[in-house]
Amino acid sequence: MKTGYEFFKGLWDENPIFRLLLGMCPTLAVTNAAMNGLSMGLATTFVLLGSNIMVAALKNVIPDKVRIPSYIIIIATFVTIADLGLAAFFPDIYKVLGLFIPLIVVNCIILARAEAFASKNTIGTSLLDALGMGFGFTWALTLLGSIREIMGMGSIFGMQIFGEGFVSWIIFILPPGAFLTLGLLLGLFNAMLNKKKTQCG
Amino acid sequence: MELLLLFISTVLINNFVLSRFLGICPFLGVSKKLEVAFSMGLAATFVMTLSAIATWLIQHYILIPFGMERFLQYVAFILVIASLVQFVEMFLKKTSPALYQSLGIFLPLITTNCAILGLALLSALNGYGLVTSTVFGFGAGVGFTMAISAMAGLRESMEFGDVPEPFKGVPITLITAAIMSMAFMGFSGLIAM
Repeated sequence: MKTGYEFFKGLWDENPIFRLLLGMCPTLAVTNAAMNGLSMGLATTFVLLGSNIMVAALKNVIPDKVRIPSYIIIIATFVTIADLGLAAFFPDIYKVLGLFIPLIVVNCIILARAEAFASKNTIGTSLLDALGMGFGFTWALTLLGSIREIMGMGSIFGMQIFGEGFVSWIIFILPPGAFLTLGLLLGLFNAMLNKKKTQCG
Repeated sequence: MELLLLFISTVLINNFVLSRFLGICPFLGVSKKLEVAFSMGLAATFVMTLSAIATWLIQHYILIPFGMERFLQYVAFILVIASLVQFVEMFLKKTSPALYQSLGIFLPLITTNCAILGLALLSALNGYGLVTSTVFGFGAGVGFTMAISAMAGLRESMEFGDVPEPFKGVPITLITAAIMSMAFMGFSGLIAM
């Protein structure tokens, strides 16, 4: 039960984007299409997985005073691996995500999980935690990307879903659309949670 | 003249916060009070200008001559930025306690501000020279200060507004940011770059 929770908490209870509000920059910047959100989420999950396992494995070796710089170096190493891997195997995605791949280094989620979770737990639970958080991040990004793509271009994952008559709302794929969509989604989730709370209590 | 154009375009057209989405965390987190937001902006501008210079030197005198810019760039840049922030903090504490008092608490936060690393990577990517990089860094800082101060001013007045319950806090801030970002898009015809 406990181990299961380490995985599932990232999906909703402690979802990095909708509940903890961590890692806002890539969330807003790359979600102009569903595919971009999905690939950014998976790249972040990879780095999160690598750094969580590494930090958990080395937690007894790293001196307490220099732990933050050490974590940052571990994270930067995995980001470099992800960056080179994406550039080699998926050049199209790499071109779209561009600057935001290296910026995974300063994504607060990764450092936050290393500091708050992996440095205190075993390799196994850290792995589950990383997977849960990573998938939580990924589905949130994909949802945001899908909404913006549907509204802004009338398509999802590149497939047209509306007929010829659909007038796309260009604003949704431009920067203001990112702020607007996330703001409305957060408001919606808050409203849903409040309703649930009053029903229970 | 070209430098002036670059400066204006970094501040207004390609504003780091509102159109490049760099530095969103402090933009949402530290924008409740105008005074605090402005100090944060100043601290960030200071570190951005310095780190633009420092990372340029690292890139051109260490990474490129040794052929390591492809795979050591991120590790080297983040380390330089982290130690630079630490150094600035110690320096300010010794030489100017008054300034340290007002900027001090924000300095550690700046290390994880993605605008700083983004700035270093962007100027390396665009192949800017030392002077251009410095202007770019300073412009980015000014743009950041402007955006975060404007946001704080709006949020201060919004305290008295009648915001629906679920939208209080972050959601309404994001929607305000959307409107600001739309306004900033109006600048896009200002300079043809």
